[in-house]
Amino acid sequence: MDLKELYQEIILDHGKNPRNLGKFENFNKDAEGYNPLCGDKVHVYLKLNENKEIEDISFEGHGCAISMASASIMTELMKDKKNPEVKEILNDFLDMIKQSPELKSQLIKEDEKTKLMSLSGVKQYPMRVKCATIAWHALASAMDYKKDENDSEKFI
Amino acid sequence: MSLKDIKKEFPIFNNKIQNNDLVYLDSANSSQKPQVVVDRIYDFYTKEFSNVGRSIHYLAVAATNLYENTRILVQKYINAKDKNEIVFTKGATEAINLVANTFGQKYLKEGDEVLLTELEHHSNYVPWHYLRKSKGVKIKFAEMDENGDVTLETIEKNITDKTKIIAITHLSNVTGAILPVKEITKLAHSKNIPVLIDGCQGAPHLKLDMQHLDCDFYAISCHKMYGPTGLGILYAKKKWLEELPPYQGGGGMIREVKKEGITFGELPNKYEAGTMATAQVIAFGESIKFINKIGIENIEKHERELTVYGEEVLRKNNSVKLIGNPKDKGSVLSFTLDGVHPHDIATILDEDGVAIRAGHHCCQILHEKLGLSATARASLGVYNTKEDLDQLNESLNKCKKIFS
Repeated sequence: MDLKELYQEIILDHGKNPRNLGKFENFNKDAEGYNPLCGDKVHVYLKLNENKEIEDISFEGHGCAISMASASIMTELMKDKKNPEVKEILNDFLDMIKQSPELKSQLIKEDEKTKLMSLSGVKQYPMRVKCATIAWHALASAMDYKKDENDSEKFI
Repeated sequence: MSLKDIKKEFPIFNNKIQNNDLVYLDSANSSQKPQVVVDRIYDFYTKEFSNVGRSIHYLAVAATNLYENTRILVQKYINAKDKNEIVFTKGATEAINLVANTFGQKYLKEGDEVLLTELEHHSNYVPWHYLRKSKGVKIKFAEMDENGDVTLETIEKNITDKTKIIAITHLSNVTGAILPVKEITKLAHSKNIPVLIDGCQGAPHLKLDMQHLDCDFYAISCHKMYGPTGLGILYAKKKWLEELPPYQGGGGMIREVKKEGITFGELPNKYEAGTMATAQVIAFGESIKFINKIGIENIEKHERELTVYGEEVLRKNNSVKLIGNPKDKGSVLSFTLDGVHPHDIATILDEDGVAIRAGHHCCQILHEKLGLSATARASLGVYNTKEDLDQLNESLNKCKKIFS
């Protein structure tokens, strides 16, 4: 295990100065992610238009560097993304955090991939995986995605 | 037994944890086990195993004697009047549930009040919450002050003529506050209110004397006392155990079972339904003997010295903020570190083999009052040393460096 891999520069930066932090006024969808084990909370706010495009996104919450950085990176990435793409990226990220060695989705640009992959260090710290995924689960519920009956790790 | 080489009695310290010597600072969560306790479990299962209190063959009789012998050891250890005042449970949580359930069933009605404190662990709040749901009982919380203490005066202020039971912690697992439980009990009894003490953190660290303390119920967690998991103890005054209804039904707790009705067994069987955690009970006898060999007074002295040392070390570290400054403090050091979330602290410390706990420590009411979602906590046991606390401080400096 290597702490440097877990606490990469990108994570420390986003953890200390999270982007898109704070509720904005005209959101029309929101959901809270909660980790009962540690009490961490991440609340995601969305402005979705008729085409199910995320016009604006932000989050509020408190938690460790990993959960804050993950929420921050997620909100940057998801802005202006449309519904099926959001789901694809979300599932791809969750798959990567839990098992896959890489991100497979073509929808994620190379520089975005680098940022997301900076969170992959949690794989070596099973107790911290939830920290990296808490915001993403909140986004899934704000988007009204349901869990796949045959694969509880996947949203449909 | 001397405290100097006490680590040698605990086999876990012989092993490297991720290539590091283990610095175990999570004893308020659960303590490590001495070799004698581990051996006792092994020996019981390999040479002496039988269920207890039922069959009349040789092994059954011998096992029953061993099992009952622990009851006597516990009775003596906490100076209870009668061995039948000791009830084995699956944990302190079950001990409190037993009281909340049976006492609630028999004596509580709508509008009655249960008085707790803001310091309580979830296990001394959630069991009472069910009575709120089922009976309309009101739960009050005596306030914690800025030192992390709950005073006798605050308890007194919260008592009304509706207060039917007071359930309080002996020693807070977050602020370390040792409550004036003897005085609180005296006050409560002057108003005919029984008292339950959650002794999870008290029993492993403080000398106990039930007849002196005079409380009605005292809950103990055995795995925090160098004993096995899956075992707790409820001490209750005999009159309560006789008056209260049984908790769980099953084999072993009955006198006579007929289609038309059932009569229940004598104490302590009345509250020990089904096959109990036999090996754990027998091994817990060794935990008590282990503590007795060192002397609980010596353990308390050692841990108090270490607590003072730990506070000194952490106070010198400018980025650390200690949580709780109670008048009388047990061996718990809760803290925050500027700019680093407790979970990140715990992960970074873990890389050095320093095991602490981070989170709300099952005390969300208390953390809400502190305005914190989480804290980091180093808690001590008999095996800890000043070097452990120095290592804690050194690893905290490493956290600061990573997050600087």
